[in-house]
Amino acid sequence: MITVKELTKTFKDGDKETRVLKGVDFEAPNGDFIAIMGRSGAGKSTFLYQMSLLDIPTSGQIIIDGSDVSSLSSAEKTKFRLERLGYVFQDYALLPDLTAIENVALPLLMLGETKKQAYKHAQDMLTQVGLGHRIDNLPSEMSGGEQQRVSVARAIVHKPKILFADEPTANLDNISSKQVMEIFKELNAGGQTIIMVTHEEEYAQAAKRIVRLDDGRIVS
Amino acid sequence: MFWLDIKIAWFMATRQIMRSNIWTTLLIVGVMTLTSLNLIVISGILVGLIEGSVQANKNYYTGDVIVSKLEEKEYIENSNAVISQIKNIDGVKNYSARYLDGVSIEANYRTRTDDTKQPDVASAQAVGINPEQEDALTGISKFVVEGEYLTSQDYDKVLIGAYLLKKYLPVDSPGFAALENIGPGTKIRISFGTTTREFTVKGILKAKVDELTTRVYFVDSQLRGLIGREDFNVDEISVVLDPNINPSDVTNRLLAAGVGSVAKVQTFSEAEPKFLKDIKATFALLGNAISSIGLAVASITVFIVIFINAITRRKFIGIAKGIGISGRAIELSYVMQSFFYAICGSVIGLLMVYGFLEPYFAANPIDFPFSDGILVAPVFETGVRVGLLIFATIIAGYVPARMIVRKNTLDSILGRN
Repeated sequence: MITVKELTKTFKDGDKETRVLKGVDFEAPNGDFIAIMGRSGAGKSTFLYQMSLLDIPTSGQIIIDGSDVSSLSSAEKTKFRLERLGYVFQDYALLPDLTAIENVALPLLMLGETKKQAYKHAQDMLTQVGLGHRIDNLPSEMSGGEQQRVSVARAIVHKPKILFADEPTANLDNISSKQVMEIFKELNAGGQTIIMVTHEEEYAQAAKRIVRLDDGRIVS
Repeated sequence: MFWLDIKIAWFMATRQIMRSNIWTTLLIVGVMTLTSLNLIVISGILVGLIEGSVQANKNYYTGDVIVSKLEEKEYIENSNAVISQIKNIDGVKNYSARYLDGVSIEANYRTRTDDTKQPDVASAQAVGINPEQEDALTGISKFVVEGEYLTSQDYDKVLIGAYLLKKYLPVDSPGFAALENIGPGTKIRISFGTTTREFTVKGILKAKVDELTTRVYFVDSQLRGLIGREDFNVDEISVVLDPNINPSDVTNRLLAAGVGSVAKVQTFSEAEPKFLKDIKATFALLGNAISSIGLAVASITVFIVIFINAITRRKFIGIAKGIGISGRAIELSYVMQSFFYAICGSVIGLLMVYGFLEPYFAANPIDFPFSDGILVAPVFETGVRVGLLIFATIIAGYVPARMIVRKNTLDSILGRN
């Protein structure tokens, strides 16, 4: 369960201040699948970054499973992300020097698994997303859709409490986008909480709930 | 947790190195190799320049041990007994006994027509040697640059040191006179106290050891008679030892046998001229100063290389942090990469120094005006320099990685400042 209270985010550029989030309240129970939508500049990605602890909010609280995580130190947030959260980025964000299996195994190794265990779990996960035959390929040797599926595999291999996805289909063709959304639906069917930012109505329909942001506020 | 960080750092560092552009890796390793060579070779040549002089002084003059007359005495008393003691010490390979006396040399007296002009006169030290024994010990015959070396049968013939001749030492110093128009076959007059005798120059000797090139050499049997040493008491004895013998052990044995009461007993290093010791210390200081600059340049080079590497990978550092990789593991992965470059550069540098440069310069010394320069790279000191380089490299690798890791995770991922 994630609860957000009075969340604000202000960017400063010299004397100029831009308030992107203006006191957002939000709640997502375990097992939910939420699509955050809004026009460009509405603050949806910024909202996701604050919830997923990638950025530091200006004010407000983020409570995950009863713990206020907004006050954690940088190192504590990193550890929290490792243990509880998963990410799928718009541009896949794979580490270019690591093969598919190495990218997916990395969080598991950081969690203390042996290399053998981590590689086994990573291979299983890649097989689950349909990439069992591409485990030794570098990101540069894969298509955008394949890279995004590796990114999904990496995001869920350690069984996170919440999976965050920022425009996961923005750089993909129709077929690849549908494949990714199918994976999300299957994960959610298995109980995975997913919070996804998208501007595509078609894919937002895959979510159980749609939250719309406008001018830094939730409007519906 | 720290062990886990090391494990992850190793995992990322090895893959980054293995999959980085081969030319970039070669360039960085090349820079590190040149840097390690700069640290070792520049100071090694500076020290070697003087070490060449020290070695020449030992090989061509003092030997491993030199026994010389006490300052207040005219010669080594009871020289024969001293020589017997030297010959009886295990490990003594060879020796050469020399007679010394101060002389005055006059040249061009036959062509001098104007008595108001100063005669062409120079002061020198006369050395009486057994030519064969001296050559076997020091090999000085190879330094004869004009004419021929002496033989035991030569009479009224001398070898003259090049620095007594103006054409080899064109220095017009009021305190130091040199002779003109001297070559093999030239007649010169040499005065021993009140006795003056005419000699023929048989050869000219030029070496990068001042003691050799400022002397005039006679066959010992003739000089003995001229300076009144029919008692066979000599002025100095150079001793060469077997390679495994410590010169200090031999000097200790001679001193224990009482030789110290009639002669000064020194190892070659104790007998080094003071100016050589001073220059050696000065060049070592200079070498260290240059090495320090080299070390600073190396650190800055590695810092720039790692900084550019980290800057270009800033996004990926952000992603790694974003998926939960600890900052310490990421920093360590860059430290490991720096360590890899430093080790590769240092190992290649050391292989070049000990596998090629040191033996090459030992066989082909650099022809400096006053010494045959070699490359001196003592293992311990070289190890310290390489250790410093590796340490500096690690720090220079850590600092930029730390700077990038400390940045806001999202800013790194999005490339925001």
